[in-house]
Amino acid sequence: MAETALTNPGGSPARAAGWQGIADDWSSDQRAFKNVSWGKAMMWIFLLSDTFIFSCFLLSYMTARMSTTVPWPNPSEVFALTIGGHHIPLILIAIMTFVLISSSGTMAMAVNFGYRHDRTKTAILMLVTAALGATFVGMQAFEWTKLIMEGVRPWENPWGAAQFGSSFFMITGFHGTHVTIGVIFLIVIARKVWRGDFDVERRGFFTSRKGNYEVVEIMGLYWHFVDLVWVFIFAFFYLW
Amino acid sequence: MTSTAVIDGQQPSLHTHAHDTVAAGTTHAKGQQHPIKLYLVVWGWLFVLSTCSYLVDYFGLHGYLRWSLILLFMVLKAGLIVAVFMHMAWERLALAYAILLPPVLVLVFVAIMVFESEYTHLIRVLFFASPT
Repeated sequence: MAETALTNPGGSPARAAGWQGIADDWSSDQRAFKNVSWGKAMMWIFLLSDTFIFSCFLLSYMTARMSTTVPWPNPSEVFALTIGGHHIPLILIAIMTFVLISSSGTMAMAVNFGYRHDRTKTAILMLVTAALGATFVGMQAFEWTKLIMEGVRPWENPWGAAQFGSSFFMITGFHGTHVTIGVIFLIVIARKVWRGDFDVERRGFFTSRKGNYEVVEIMGLYWHFVDLVWVFIFAFFYLW
Repeated sequence: MTSTAVIDGQQPSLHTHAHDTVAAGTTHAKGQQHPIKLYLVVWGWLFVLSTCSYLVDYFGLHGYLRWSLILLFMVLKAGLIVAVFMHMAWERLALAYAILLPPVLVLVFVAIMVFESEYTHLIRVLFFASPT
């Protein structure tokens, strides 16, 4: 019985759904995540831990903003740009949001084409995703430069509460780092897909394991998570 | 097995189902297979929701209306990304609850820090705020 479960993941007959299913899956003294490979389960657990990290950043930002007696700088004004003579509030952040959402869209389609073993389309879509991600990081670098030139520092800024700078650099910096790592990760996997590693089951350079197209989905989970974090940062830091 | 997989719209990953490739309809169907149209529709909705949340700022809404709209659009966007793009809607509940429940409990932490910062704010107003 145990052997069947190990060699044939997801192979056992009809499993219960709902609460009964949760109880069965977790109490079966085997593997809790029946039809999910270890790679995917571990990526989800990593993302869960990353969620806590970003939660802590956003919470410390909330605490700083709620407890200060000095007015908080108005992000709508701080991140406004003048384009062609028009003063548009928060426009840069809006464009960055759309760029990141688009990259999530191309990533989702790359996963889809990956499972169809269409390696050209998969690789191209992943590279488009990486390009959009790099665009996002570039715009963030522009935003940082602009704010630093205007005198924003982690310990002071010209418009109000000093904690604005530290929260801003910490939260967006950590998110930007995630995007950058994601871009590198995307290029590495796209190269493997392009070369056909997952079709010929070539062994990985680092792990010596055979890969398959599920790697693209796992990569996708990370990328969508980066987009997901931005949804929360956009709402709480830029719009609130 | 075969019928369960088809109804769920999902197949177990890896090498489990050489025998139900026929049922799945495509030659190479492994892992998560959904029509491209689904992703395009979700992508469209994410654009619409992002535009809406940007307009909240553009029109300068404020107070509880602003905050509730921001939270509404945020939750909808996050839900779409997790459910469709990350395929959580098609995973078994054992995984979904293991991953989605813990972040919800962070709300307890939020509540604690709200009390904490209210208290700090009060103390600062009472003892440290410089009279203007």
